[in-house]
Amino acid sequence: MNTSGQETKPLLEVKGLSKVFPSTVALSEVDFTLYPGDVHVLVGENGAGKSTLIKLITGVHHKDGGVILLEGKPIEPRSPRHAQELGISTVYQEVNLIPTMSVAENIFLGRQPMRFGMINMRAINQQAKQLLRGFGLDIDVTRNLSSYSVAIQQIIAIVRGVDLSAKVLILDEPTSSLDRHEVERLFSVIRSLKQRGIGIILITHFLDQVFEIADRITVLRNGHKVGEHRLAELTKVQLITEMLGKELTAALDNKQVTAREDGASTKPFLEVRGFARHGMIEPFNLVIRQGEIVGLAGLLGSGRTEIAHLIFGIDQNDQGEAFVKGEQVNLSSPRKAIQYGFGLCPEDRKVEGIIGELSVRENIILALQARMGWFNYLSRQKQDELATQMIEALHIVTPDAEKPVKELSGGNQQKVILARWLVSNPEFLILDEPTRGIDVGAHAEIIQIIKRLAQEGKAMMIISSELAEIVDYSDRVVVLRDRKKLGELEGNEINESTIMQAIAAN
Amino acid sequence: MRSRYIPLLMTFVVFVALYLIAYSRFSSFGSMRVVGNLLRDNAYWGIAAIGMTFVIISGGIDLSVGSVIAFTGVFCALMIGRNGWDPLATFAVILTIGTLFGATMGFFIHYFKIPAFIVTLSGLFLARGMAYVLSTDSIRIDHPFYKQISDLVYVFPDRGRFTFAAGMFLLILIVGIFLAHFTRFGRNVYALGGNSDAALLLGVPVGRTTILVYALSSFLTVLAGIVLSLSKQSGDSTIAVGLELDVIAAVVIGGTLLTGGVGYVIGTFIAVMTLGTIQTYLTLDGSLTPWWIKIVIGILLFSFVALQKLLSSRKRVQSAKEQLATAPLPS
Ligand SMILES: Nc1ncnc2c1ncn2[C@@H]1O[C@H](COP(=O)(O)OP(=O)(O)OP(=O)(O)O)[C@@H](O)[C@H]1O
Ligand SMILES: [Mg+2]
Repeated sequence: MNTSGQETKPLLEVKGLSKVFPSTVALSEVDFTLYPGDVHVLVGENGAGKSTLIKLITGVHHKDGGVILLEGKPIEPRSPRHAQELGISTVYQEVNLIPTMSVAENIFLGRQPMRFGMINMRAINQQAKQLLRGFGLDIDVTRNLSSYSVAIQQIIAIVRGVDLSAKVLILDEPTSSLDRHEVERLFSVIRSLKQRGIGIILITHFLDQVFEIADRITVLRNGHKVGEHRLAELTKVQLITEMLGKELTAALDNKQVTAREDGASTKPFLEVRGFARHGMIEPFNLVIRQGEIVGLAGLLGSGRTEIAHLIFGIDQNDQGEAFVKGEQVNLSSPRKAIQYGFGLCPEDRKVEGIIGELSVRENIILALQARMGWFNYLSRQKQDELATQMIEALHIVTPDAEKPVKELSGGNQQKVILARWLVSNPEFLILDEPTRGIDVGAHAEIIQIIKRLAQEGKAMMIISSELAEIVDYSDRVVVLRDRKKLGELEGNEINESTIMQAIAAN
Repeated sequence: MRSRYIPLLMTFVVFVALYLIAYSRFSSFGSMRVVGNLLRDNAYWGIAAIGMTFVIISGGIDLSVGSVIAFTGVFCALMIGRNGWDPLATFAVILTIGTLFGATMGFFIHYFKIPAFIVTLSGLFLARGMAYVLSTDSIRIDHPFYKQISDLVYVFPDRGRFTFAAGMFLLILIVGIFLAHFTRFGRNVYALGGNSDAALLLGVPVGRTTILVYALSSFLTVLAGIVLSLSKQSGDSTIAVGLELDVIAAVVIGGTLLTGGVGYVIGTFIAVMTLGTIQTYLTLDGSLTPWWIKIVIGILLFSFVALQKLLSSRKRVQSAKEQLATAPLPS
């Protein structure tokens, strides 16, 4: 642990680093210093330039100005591989692994143990299994990566990144899909790496986590460095204010939505009885009423996403029946579900949602256009209107609505996908981790939008690993464990500790 | 049973079924004579197909195969048959030229971000053009080395012949399997085809791997051309027109996904032998013209791609794109 930063020599030093993309100055003259054994957290709004800084340090992009020094010597990283060779190990934002290869192969790609000039497959599988066990994950490592959830993929990416021979470990939003339990595991790994003198750069939007693990914090805003602090010097409010450049309440513009009158009296929109699929989720009953927000809480793998997939018809139930507005229906495919007025914003937006080549506008209107039918063309004026409205509401950082989505920052891509489902105007909206990777300002904004949609009479089902958030907007909370619905909490019963207890209870 | 092995298993089942049908009609399919001939007759394009397997797994395509085979044949015939070069030296030269040719295509594909389809299509025209420029007539090769090679056979008790070409085919098969599954290069090729953006971030040397993949494909294609040259003992710039399409078909029937990231060298081998079996059957049968092979390839290709589609759409995670595309309804 480094408590006297000034005396030790910096491990990694960045001076006056700049990067200009066509139409965007992503980073301008940023200084950044990492000491051995330090956890240096980078914070800032979506699009502030955090990932760009990482990508310059690791040779994904090439800098337009400035110097990078590793242990006092200037380096010019040419590629992520080169950066790895220099001792900088990185877990990039969003899971960046190979879906068609096995879990074990993903962990050892490029540095497979060899024997007799051949890749030693057995060693790869054994060591991968061991590494993952160290993270409390006991899975079949010979299966394809794509057969596991995003959260598990994120752990796999972290396990790959935690390379003991590295001098610098960079983690760009590694905890966005993890629940508390796994975050704890990650933090204990980070602490042991600190002991070894490895320097760690961490990017996160979870301020609680910042205060738990950081030694030092650098704040970026609009590509500029606006502050650097020792943890002890700082309060949360100060940090948020510095990130946003204004106070959070001011940022919200007093758009607070007042609590709704009793929503329970309205009619059920969807009712399922004894819904189940063998090996996925045990039979459950669920009613979702118009104007009601139902939160799904539970740990990773507890069956939250499975319920969403079953209801939306991505997977088919093999037991039970479903009713929409009192009429029995067959939810056998997403197409059917959409016809009944359902919408789903999926968990894995990278795979299931983003169409990188299309513009922000096109991505936003996609679901609405599909619902209206391709022959019933949405006028360009209407499209522009919707896109502008959403760009403003969610603070999507983009020069204009015509920019290809792949050129947006990670968090802003998430916002675009969320916007797609918010404008698609379904009667029943399922959101799987809607605030993942989204900064504090926009986070609050999204919660307001969710509440407003419910007020307009939409039925909503929301999955989230952030209990505080679930508590905030849910009228009812369904608690799940081990692929089984344990029960429901309602009204005054809904608070973080009751949910935690319900999840943990035996 | 892993779902990723299903296409491979299907390929194998189809092969065994067809072979048994052929055997029930003509008992000679049980002899080493037919087996030896199958290996010999399909060796040249089978070798090229193994190279193509790597290209397609990497997410690319190589359309230059047929032309490169023709160019190799003409080059060898001209140098050995007319100019009296030493055959082994000629092979070394043409293999080097071919490898550089492939590496250059890979270079343009990677560094200039030109689609492989376009680059290798240019390669197709270039190599075919060069073949015609070298010579428009068929040139015979009359060289003792060629005689020696054609005498290099192992004769089975039933007079079945295991030729040099067959041996080469099996050797390349083994080397191909080894490269694909037991070397870092091979795994990098799979990673590249699985997700090239992620592969870059994971530290896969994307540029080097792309260049090597096309170099390997062209190297094996030239080798295929040499094997063909040895068996035909002549060179002709008009041969192997459109052969790349048969090769691609065999790779796909062998269970390799055209989208990259998934595939097996052994699958390609089985597919080549399957098509060879059908060809031999049609020839022996005589009641149908051998051109029926094209129709069979079409049917097999379509069924396999349909099967792959079916398998991948059954996957738990369904892309939102598909969900949307299937959802037109009046609002
Ligand atoms: N390849 C690119 N082409 C053009 N512009 C880009 C590209 N990559 C990033 N940008 C722009 O640079 C700015 C900074 O992006 P960056 O990804 O660094 O943000 P970030 O701080 O990581 O945000 P987030 O919290 O959303 O991940 C954004 O405005 C983004 O649109
Ligand atoms: Mg980012």
